[in-house]
Amino acid sequence: MQGERLKQVIWLLPILTIASLGVALSLGSAEIDWRQVLITMQSGKETFDHTVVMQLRLPRAASAFVVGGMLAMAGVLMQVLLRNPLADPYVLGISGGAAVGALIAILLGWQSGLISSAAALGAMLSMGLVFFLSRGSGDWSPTRLLLTGVVMAAGWGAGISFILSVSPSSHLYSMLFWLMGDFNDAWPGFSRTLLLVTSLFVTLLFARPLNLLAVGELRAKSLGVNTLFLRLGIYVLASMLTAAAVTLAGTIGFVGLVVPHMTRLIAGSDHRILLPAATIIGGVLLVLAETLSRTILAPRQLPVGVITAFIGVPLFLYLLRRGLRRAATNANQKL
Amino acid sequence: MKTHSLTVTIGATTACHSLSLGFETGQVWSVLGRNGVGKSTLLKTLAGLRTSNAGSITIDGDLLDNIPRKLRAQTIGILFQEQDPTFPATVLETVLTGRHPWLSPFRGEEKKDIEMALNELSRMDLEGMEHRTLDSLSGGERRRVDLAALILQNTRLLLLDEPVNHLDLHYQVEVLGRLINNWRDQNRTVIMVMHDINLALRFSDHLLLLFGDGECAYGSASQLATEQNFSRLYGYPLSRHLANGSHFFIPA
Repeated sequence: MQGERLKQVIWLLPILTIASLGVALSLGSAEIDWRQVLITMQSGKETFDHTVVMQLRLPRAASAFVVGGMLAMAGVLMQVLLRNPLADPYVLGISGGAAVGALIAILLGWQSGLISSAAALGAMLSMGLVFFLSRGSGDWSPTRLLLTGVVMAAGWGAGISFILSVSPSSHLYSMLFWLMGDFNDAWPGFSRTLLLVTSLFVTLLFARPLNLLAVGELRAKSLGVNTLFLRLGIYVLASMLTAAAVTLAGTIGFVGLVVPHMTRLIAGSDHRILLPAATIIGGVLLVLAETLSRTILAPRQLPVGVITAFIGVPLFLYLLRRGLRRAATNANQKL
Repeated sequence: MKTHSLTVTIGATTACHSLSLGFETGQVWSVLGRNGVGKSTLLKTLAGLRTSNAGSITIDGDLLDNIPRKLRAQTIGILFQEQDPTFPATVLETVLTGRHPWLSPFRGEEKKDIEMALNELSRMDLEGMEHRTLDSLSGGERRRVDLAALILQNTRLLLLDEPVNHLDLHYQVEVLGRLINNWRDQNRTVIMVMHDINLALRFSDHLLLLFGDGECAYGSASQLATEQNFSRLYGYPLSRHLANGSHFFIPA
């Protein structure tokens, strides 16, 4: 069954990836259909089409895929770490720290590269603070970690409001766009891609212990899992993925919360399937959202975060209803 | 498994104070006591999931804390009181968790493991349910899934926290009884927390009574099973009656 289910889902994933990239490259305010896209990419001539495809659409699509993958994976990991289905990559305040860093940088009029660095610094600061404050004496319990993180996030939220309210109006537009999540025309970068690929590889090696940890910490311990080590690893990895995503594209909501659940409903909760499937579905969803964000009101661009919510919410509600119906059928069969 | 001057406390309660006793192979122990005296905590301590407040636990002379995780998981299996799954796995996935200590770290379950799991499921009357998720099962079915996982873990020491919970009379007496007798015949050690004195006496040959003030009594069931002991244990008078050649205790 597990093998069959794996086969059913796995072959879909590369197709989805390629299809979404195709859509992203051939849609936009300049009309270039997919045949022309293929021709321009092969020819390599510096035409207008070539510039649009290779320097605008492709980097954005690649960034969207990597960010979507990172957020979805971080979401899966956070939900296991906190044993809470409502957890998302932002719940522990990492994005809040990043946002405060970024807003301060924007306020000071720094360049976009420095804005990312400031955001990374804020994220790392928040990650360290939450860890040390929640560690204390005794157990490093999910509840304590969650409470510490949520309170920290609330603190950062107040910081964000404060900065927004004292900032000159000329900065507000770029600040709001950063907060809502958006891509500029930058490539995801080697280090982010490497982080995503290594994280996927490492977590797949620990997928079986992760399954046990999802059942319960004591149960995992009784089966020989070093739970403290595993949870620390998840915390660091999920935090790094979140920080890397947020510094590239701001706080894009819903992907990290909805995609893990969606994938569970489709592919089950075995992390050997869940992790790669969620990563790719997160990537695909964000590529599509990014395409929509610059096409529906073209030439105007919308923040990607708005689109992810518009797609994610109804899709998730539909799958949830279908899942409930299936559970109800199961229960009826039992009777 | 032996305890050496073991003291286990939770909050202000002392489950046992300076307890030194040996759980030998082929013995079935029942731990009895009122709610909140620390029976489950003691069981978790014996499983190495919680550090004791004083004293030590050894298995074949090796300190429990010094036994590597994996070997420990191959030696001690524990059935917890029911837990609510946050992310409901399927029945088969849950049963297969019992194989975890026996699999090499980075390999998946093989056909043989899945066959073993399906086998145990059918012995628990759960055949055909392997793809259902845990949240679609009844309490008793879930309990049997957990029992199947424990059997698959195949350990010498079995710690059961209220194993009869949610099981109907048939599964309590017939299935669980048969399992415990098998374990005894296979020279394993069984330690279980029980609330039903008469079932405890039916299944086990040794008792550990936790009186709630750190004081405990332990020994063979035939010696400890007296009206006086049980009345003191539960703070309520019990009387002993003979039926079908066995003694039964009934609240007065």
